[in-house]
Amino acid sequence: MDRLNALSRRVPVNAVYLAGVLPFLWIVWLTLTNGLGPDPVKAIELRLGELGLQFLVAGLAITPLRWAGLNLIRFRRAVGLLAFFYVSMHLLAWVTLDMGLRWEQMAADLVKRWYIIIGMLAFATMIPLAVTSTNAAIRRLGPAAWNRLHRLVYVSALGGAIHYLMLVKAWPVEPLAYLAAVVVLLGLRLWRHGRRQVAQSA
Amino acid sequence: VAGLTYSPSAYSTSEEPNSLEEITSYNNFYEFGTGKEDPSRNAGALTTDPWSIVIDGLVDRPGSYDLADVLKDQPLEERIYRFRCVEAWSMIIPWIGFQLSGLLNRVGVQPGAKYVAFETLVRPEEMPGQQSPILDWPYREGLRLDEAMNPLTILATGLYGEVLPNQNGAPIRLVVPWKYGFKSIKSIVRISLVAEEPPTTWNMLQPSEYGFYANVNPTVDHPRWSQASERRIGAGLFGGRQDTLMFNGYEEEVASLYSGMDLAKFY
Repeated sequence: MDRLNALSRRVPVNAVYLAGVLPFLWIVWLTLTNGLGPDPVKAIELRLGELGLQFLVAGLAITPLRWAGLNLIRFRRAVGLLAFFYVSMHLLAWVTLDMGLRWEQMAADLVKRWYIIIGMLAFATMIPLAVTSTNAAIRRLGPAAWNRLHRLVYVSALGGAIHYLMLVKAWPVEPLAYLAAVVVLLGLRLWRHGRRQVAQSA
Repeated sequence: VAGLTYSPSAYSTSEEPNSLEEITSYNNFYEFGTGKEDPSRNAGALTTDPWSIVIDGLVDRPGSYDLADVLKDQPLEERIYRFRCVEAWSMIIPWIGFQLSGLLNRVGVQPGAKYVAFETLVRPEEMPGQQSPILDWPYREGLRLDEAMNPLTILATGLYGEVLPNQNGAPIRLVVPWKYGFKSIKSIVRISLVAEEPPTTWNMLQPSEYGFYANVNPTVDHPRWSQASERRIGAGLFGGRQDTLMFNGYEEEVASLYSGMDLAKFY
């Protein structure tokens, strides 16, 4: 574990940003070379959404990993901002490519369809987190308030995973896997929180 | 594979068909996996010859019919149909097939028959999707007898003038162009004439979302998504959407089947 920590300290944060945009560039490349199959719109939308969820899950894993002794906290902001980037691009793909700027239909969906409401809510909860991701914002809010605010990411991740599960037919494996990952990572926090309360009251 | 012999049909749309590549690599056929590309990847192993279809229930000549016997004397036509998936995408597909009514008339429908029930092959060793209980196999579909007898309703055995590729439901599948795609059951091994509305797969899984009728209807939404518009596969990145047509544009031919019915109730 110490060697892993030592290794991670040698990785510059910018490398995480760089690695994080590679999947985006890959999608762009596949789009330009007709590599996304007969329905590139759905493929783009799905891949962007899945990447958003993957970075959300990765971000949620950082704290439990720290309990286990692996400290990746330096990368958490990059992971979180990459999640926000992919979820934003996913939304943009929906608005432009999928819905073709049919504002009326989107507005109707936005008040009527739970998977869209929940997906939009998950996106909305990420906005304040992205906005307050700077060092200056952390100082201004103070660490305690900043930490409280950033628990909103639990809502984003849970919302994103539920959104995915709600839009598929039947019960395919992928959306269930994301939801399971989010539930486990949030459950670990609850479990630890519960143990600490027991320890305190003892 | 030899090309099929067929004649053109007045029921064909003049819209430009999707490419063979699009039609054969973007499929919902859960017997081969839930991904759109799974059927083209996994369906190659399906044995479609020999193939027989059990025709039973309220018919004069029930039995197990060899595929060649099913096709005997049925004139093949090219039917270029709009195809609208319940997931709100669509294609134009040049099917080769014959009218279901031709087969039903040949086997003799008895007066008590009100519905036609269909079943897909169950063969998990060749259909890997069936190794998981994602749907209640066999895949089942059904039509009211008058829907089955409508001249638009065909059994397709080909595509683009050639034998039907496995991922599209070889060797024989139903095509009901005014209904959502899931009604058009693939790789049929059983056709039963029955008196009562038969259970159908998606309706069994989620009755609030998938009705028995499943007529394409832009005014009746799926509970989770709108049916007002659709994306045409192959329209390109910025192709946008087009308005979905009542009965998928076959209103003239089929609206009378449902006169007096509340289509929001019988969705």
